[in-house]
Amino acid sequence: MNEKERLFNSGVLVEPRKGAVEPPEDLWQNKKNGLVIIECPQRIPCNPCHTSCPTGAVKPFKDINDQPEIDYEKCTGCARCVAVCPGLACFVVDLTWGDEDNALMKLPYEMLPVPEEGKTVDCLNRVGESISRGKVVKVLEPMHDRTIVVHVEVPRSKVMEIRTIRVVK
Amino acid sequence: MRTRGKVKGLRQTEVLVIGGGPAGLSASLEAASLGCQVTLVDSDLALGGQLIKQTHKFFGSKDERAGTRGFKISEILLEELERYKDRVKVHMNCTATGFYREDGVVSCVIGEDEYFRIKPGKIVMATGAQERLLPFPNNHLPGVYGAGAVQTLMNVYGVAPGKRVLMVGAGNIGLIVSYQLMQAGVEIAGIVEAMDRVGGYWVHAAKVRRMGVPIYLRHTIKEALGDRVVAGAVIQEIDDRFQPVGKEIQIDVDIICMAVGLTPTCELLWQAGCEMVFVPQLCGHVAQRDLFMRTSHPDIWVAGDAAGIEEASAAMVEGRIAGVGVARSLGKDDSSEHSKRLEEYRRRLADLRGGEVGQKICQGLECCTVNEWGV
Amino acid sequence: MVMDLIEKHPILEFKHGKKVKFTFDGDEMEGYEGEPIAAALHANGVRIYRVTPKREQTRGFFCAIGKCSSCFMVVDGVPNVRTCVTPLKTGMRVETQRGKGVIAMDAD
Repeated sequence: MNEKERLFNSGVLVEPRKGAVEPPEDLWQNKKNGLVIIECPQRIPCNPCHTSCPTGAVKPFKDINDQPEIDYEKCTGCARCVAVCPGLACFVVDLTWGDEDNALMKLPYEMLPVPEEGKTVDCLNRVGESISRGKVVKVLEPMHDRTIVVHVEVPRSKVMEIRTIRVVK
Repeated sequence: MRTRGKVKGLRQTEVLVIGGGPAGLSASLEAASLGCQVTLVDSDLALGGQLIKQTHKFFGSKDERAGTRGFKISEILLEELERYKDRVKVHMNCTATGFYREDGVVSCVIGEDEYFRIKPGKIVMATGAQERLLPFPNNHLPGVYGAGAVQTLMNVYGVAPGKRVLMVGAGNIGLIVSYQLMQAGVEIAGIVEAMDRVGGYWVHAAKVRRMGVPIYLRHTIKEALGDRVVAGAVIQEIDDRFQPVGKEIQIDVDIICMAVGLTPTCELLWQAGCEMVFVPQLCGHVAQRDLFMRTSHPDIWVAGDAAGIEEASAAMVEGRIAGVGVARSLGKDDSSEHSKRLEEYRRRLADLRGGEVGQKICQGLECCTVNEWGV
Repeated sequence: MVMDLIEKHPILEFKHGKKVKFTFDGDEMEGYEGEPIAAALHANGVRIYRVTPKREQTRGFFCAIGKCSSCFMVVDGVPNVRTCVTPLKTGMRVETQRGKGVIAMDAD
């Protein structure tokens, strides 16, 4: 078992694979409100990302165990799937946000304390290392079910690494 | 003569459901909806079994209430139960202690000393599962807790089990309970897993990893430290044959949470003389069953973890199937309705079992499922 | 001793019942009526529930479903009570169980 396998086998995505792909670069650059990134590489019986998608961007599942496939032309970055996904595996990245060094991420969050708008937070990568600071832009609870979707302004160069935040005490 | 221990007379019921978790509740509801009179007994202080402790949203499809948190699903089932309260009699804190083959009577005890006997027409055994433990020095120390127990303590009664936890096992339970501990404000020092990959859903692992929790693959717990209570743990890497290799790592924790698997609770099935078979994929001895979840005993059905360790979504569907089976055998309602429901439930089970984790379940089920019991 | 409870939770709201007093080895403690004795003890910082007969090893909370015998205690003079599934009542006298416990017999 090499280091890459070891990481992946413990729940860390190391490279794109089926069910965990990056959006097409050209479309992504200019898509206002952003596009979703889903990191769900294992076949499991679960489909709320598809059933909750208002635009049909998460394609219908032939088998409920299929990994999600995305029609990026249809994705509006609404983050409904971010709020709904039981695995907290959906993240929206808006590259059109702010100036050219920044981007906006819409991340699922179910911990305490709840982040506050305008405050600075630590941005964590897939193994929980703090790799930058971010600014909380908005805190929403779209489904009124305690899963929060946090909009965070982050360095654009880090959008493929940042996967959650930690409130700075 | 003991001062304690009141024994009451013989009671009757059309259907006795033993266990009020996802499977037992579903079986009770299904049987009641088809016109059966049901008695439901549960050993805990609250109905819902493991569901009431689950803060995460369930997987599956809309049929299994995907996206709804486990404890909410329990509330939904209990609301449904309220509608059938004239047909379902519930006994809480009530343990079924024995099945007597001579006359088909089940003995029960409420609390520690109030016994009664009940003679059911049909029985659904939805007794759930119990946790496994690993042998290691000092595993008896207070602070070595089962994962289910930790969930009960923190998610039902609002009591944090400790300050810093070592989780043993990275199956779904180990991963989910780690996440829940963090939600309760408890630190996770790490998760050890003997296999070379997490056994639970990859996304559950990703959730705890991104919050900085290390998962030590191919590691095991070597010993618990402490004199009267847990004061730490020692973990060590293991090789392909699960033999310890490499250096020991001492971890500073006050709780060691055991999530190394469950095994079906099947004592009553043995007592009833049901044909049993050991199925590793289902994590222990399970009763042979037909497609209605009926065991070799013509009056006994089985559902949920008691029929093989799986997860709550499948347990609920199995409970429904057993409920239909019981109603059908009692001649309730019309048979076209039974067939329609069964077809639907079997489709749902097949969907749930279509993934990576489900493959193992299906292999196991092949070893213990018969098409029809011979007469 | 003040009960150590989870005050805030991102998902759950805890609805406790009536607060009642009980004693543990003579010390007065508080807990919630109807909740398991074992949970009330844990909230009060008690970890050791019994001591085994032969090796005198400590035992505490373990399975929480009334199956493992780890949390047997003496409650109101009655030994081997499964404290994880026995509801707390006001005025209960809870004691650490040492050894097997003695079952009270009728005088006659």
